[in-house]
Amino acid sequence: MEYKLKTPFTREDLKDLKPGDNVYITGYMYTARDAAHKRLVELIEQGKELPIDIKGTCIYYVGPTPAKEGQALGSAGPTTSYRMDAYSPQLLDLGLMGMVGKGKRGPEVVEKIVEHGAVYMAAIGGAAALISKAIKTAEIVAYEDLGAEAIRKIYVEDFPATVIIDSKGNNLYEIGREEYLKCTQQK
Amino acid sequence: MRTIDASKITAEVKRMVIEANYFLPKDVMEALKQAKENDDWKLSQDILDKIIVNAQIANDEQVPMCQDTGMVVAFVKMGQEVVIENGFIEDAINEGVRQGYEEGFLRKSVVGDPLNRVNTKDNTPAVVHYEVVPGDKLTIMVAAKGFGSENMSRLKMLKPSDGLQGVKDFILETVELAGPNPCPPIVVGVGVGGTFDKVTLLAKKALMRDLDKYNENEFYADLEKEMLEKVNALGIGPQGFGGKSTALKVAIEYYPTHIAGLPVAVNINCHATRHKEVTL
Repeated sequence: MEYKLKTPFTREDLKDLKPGDNVYITGYMYTARDAAHKRLVELIEQGKELPIDIKGTCIYYVGPTPAKEGQALGSAGPTTSYRMDAYSPQLLDLGLMGMVGKGKRGPEVVEKIVEHGAVYMAAIGGAAALISKAIKTAEIVAYEDLGAEAIRKIYVEDFPATVIIDSKGNNLYEIGREEYLKCTQQK
Repeated sequence: MRTIDASKITAEVKRMVIEANYFLPKDVMEALKQAKENDDWKLSQDILDKIIVNAQIANDEQVPMCQDTGMVVAFVKMGQEVVIENGFIEDAINEGVRQGYEEGFLRKSVVGDPLNRVNTKDNTPAVVHYEVVPGDKLTIMVAAKGFGSENMSRLKMLKPSDGLQGVKDFILETVELAGPNPCPPIVVGVGVGGTFDKVTLLAKKALMRDLDKYNENEFYADLEKEMLEKVNALGIGPQGFGGKSTALKVAIEYYPTHIAGLPVAVNINCHATRHKEVTL
């Protein structure tokens, strides 16, 4: 199935999504990766306010290349998500509803996805020049000193992603492979 | 004796790091097209298509094909009759990296200290390997190694009794554990033999080989073909969504080892085996 999604997400927006569905996201998202996540969670632990509005938002795990003239952002493909597993449960508890990256997630993250009815999606790893075309504006909103790892607020139009873990905890990395192997065995 | 000016090395390294990040090598493009032809799983074909389109955009617009423009690994083959003038070779290489990453709009991904993690802001230093060879030529190969795949790499000191089967099992186990993380279709570089340090270098060197070339030793060439088939039978598929094209290539390099040991290392690369070579 294909879905057009608008940020911010609600539980209702995400409940019908299934692993393998193609989604096209329009609206504001935030970029954040390793070092930015570490700082966000440190703030949570200190009981301080976050520099971004996390409620219903979607975080894209990316450290883009610098923009050339005429680009909002440089090449911007997903980074590997499991490195954010130490931080995602706390952010999901605060209202984060969507994550876009690539690769596997740990059981603690899946548990929180199900608890909050959130969703984990993947963009095509390496397809950074292609994905960059969906990013229309970008501005640094926190942690400028982190360079490529700074948090950016980006506006995206029809940003392409694939649902990996749905709000029930079903996982494309398991299902897709099983289906393929079942089909090849039948041949 | 032959002299080469350090500034020449800087200029070539600068050019190569930019070109490696913008232009997908021909052999990789061919391998991707071949993979698409040989894979009748629709989802695989769609993703391979998008990877090919991405490479075309990067090529046409001269932008990095991936946002992870890598840490630079340089392999230097230095003829013993070559003298470098006006500077130290490693400084010249790092200056090339510095200029290339700045002027080519490439991402600076290197932190100066692995625990304190402050970005060096110019992607230096590079990791440089030197080999002294006969003659008066200087060959430099640079690779932009991304860490999505580098992080999935592994080393094991097997026992001699683990033998060939032990090596095969370790390769498959490593690819299985990596799953979708390193952006399949991947390239699998394997080192067998040598010592703890040598075996990882062999695995990295295996990644630098053109995808249409096999090990010159027939036994290892056959092992490469067998392992590619076995890896692709895992069903991980492009991006881990399921499918045949988990890997484009398994390349194996070997070296003599000790009677007590059988080191094996697997270095994984994403589909874009970004590297460039020049001989001065």
